Amino acid sequence: MKTRSLVSIDDLNTDEIAKILKLAAEFEKNPVQEILSGKVVATLFFEPSTRTRLSFESAVNKLGGKVIGFTDASSSSVSKGETLNDTIRTVNNYADMIVMRHPIEGSARYASEIATVPVINAGDGANQHPTQTLLDLYSILKTQGTLDHLNICMVGDLKYGRTVHSLLMAMSRWSTSFNFVAPDELKMPDEYKLYLDNLGLEYKETADLASVIDNADIIYMTRVQRERFSDPMEYEKVKNAYVLYDHMLSGTKTGMKILHPLPRVNEINPDVDSNDKAYYFEQALNGVYTRQAIICMLLGLK
Amino acid sequence: MKNINDPKQLLVSAIESGTVIDHIPASTLFKVIKILGLDKIRNQITFGTNLNSKTDGKKAIIKIASKFFEDDDINRIALVAPNAKLNIIKDYQVIEKRVVSVPDTITAIAKCMNPKCITNFEKVTTRFRVVSKKPVALKCHYCEKITDQERLEII
Repeated sequence: MKTRSLVSIDDLNTDEIAKILKLAAEFEKNPVQEILSGKVVATLFFEPSTRTRLSFESAVNKLGGKVIGFTDASSSSVSKGETLNDTIRTVNNYADMIVMRHPIEGSARYASEIATVPVINAGDGANQHPTQTLLDLYSILKTQGTLDHLNICMVGDLKYGRTVHSLLMAMSRWSTSFNFVAPDELKMPDEYKLYLDNLGLEYKETADLASVIDNADIIYMTRVQRERFSDPMEYEKVKNAYVLYDHMLSGTKTGMKILHPLPRVNEINPDVDSNDKAYYFEQALNGVYTRQAIICMLLGLK
Repeated sequence: MKNINDPKQLLVSAIESGTVIDHIPASTLFKVIKILGLDKIRNQITFGTNLNSKTDGKKAIIKIASKFFEDDDINRIALVAPNAKLNIIKDYQVIEKRVVSVPDTITAIAKCMNPKCITNFEKVTTRFRVVSKKPVALKCHYCEKITDQERLEII
């Protein structure tokens, strides 16, 4: 039997996404179960990560499974020049599932073709990070009660942001309208706008955050990184235009929630944290339930 | 057929038997030679390039004596010579004409233009899905980035 891996959000059809989100809700009600007892999950982090790795490990531990692995490439044979091919073939012998993050794009797809156990992509360079997308979808569904007819306002680095691109692609399966708020240098790439055009979905682009947030059901914040700007002066000019403060939220919808893949730097002022509309830490918790659902589905246990 | 026998077109001498590949863009002639491995076979080959063409600007033509291609082999050149036309020659006569068509998937021919793609780091056979045939655009099976006609490199 061909094992099932999760490399790209496009590997899942809409029914499978719905199934994972439903399972995640069940795990949220009952997160500690002995479903994975006797199972070993390898977490191979060729580059560091806090949230993704810890939430995967938490997900496995709560279900009674064991975790093996490494947290950065320097503590693995990669530092001795081992190829990814050899690392995966080896680890494949020790684990029932491989969770991997790797800086090279396409590495997870390649690993999934070598491994005989399921591979979960926990981020391959700037390419895909499907479990983040699924936990974002779960957070949206949980707070809005639906994924249909929502307005999503994406803010910050829309050019290089892997999470916003995947979320856009995933949400475009439902009738979603988008607002893109970004400085000129970090605007949403044309290929994604063209994708929405072809589906007949609405979007607006603006550099003025205040003008669109009152309409939003979800504000998805991302970090604007200084190193993305070719001209540091340009960064200084725009850095404060994409910061969310508590006082800006007074006119926003009652049920609106603010998401952020984290880590944040200064793009959400700490005074927002105590607002009911701040949801980014709960979002990180949702990552555990969503990953429990994904692991169990891929192992055929649910 | 007429073109082949038209004296004005006989810039490259006729062959008795074999394959004539015409309407190759002059700029991709050497890529076609490489893809078909013509630099490694012992057949007699003549080619002309920078020839005037009514439809293609500057074109190239290759004549390979005693050589006949399978469709799968010849379609590999569709990436760089999408309008190429083949004339199969026996006894100086064109007995069959064929066109090339871009296949839906491309394996082990093109290089992914993304320097951060796994195929440029480890010995991985490149694989692409053809997302546009004209102009050619290839989506990498691994990194999911698009390699377009301009950045297309043949391995």
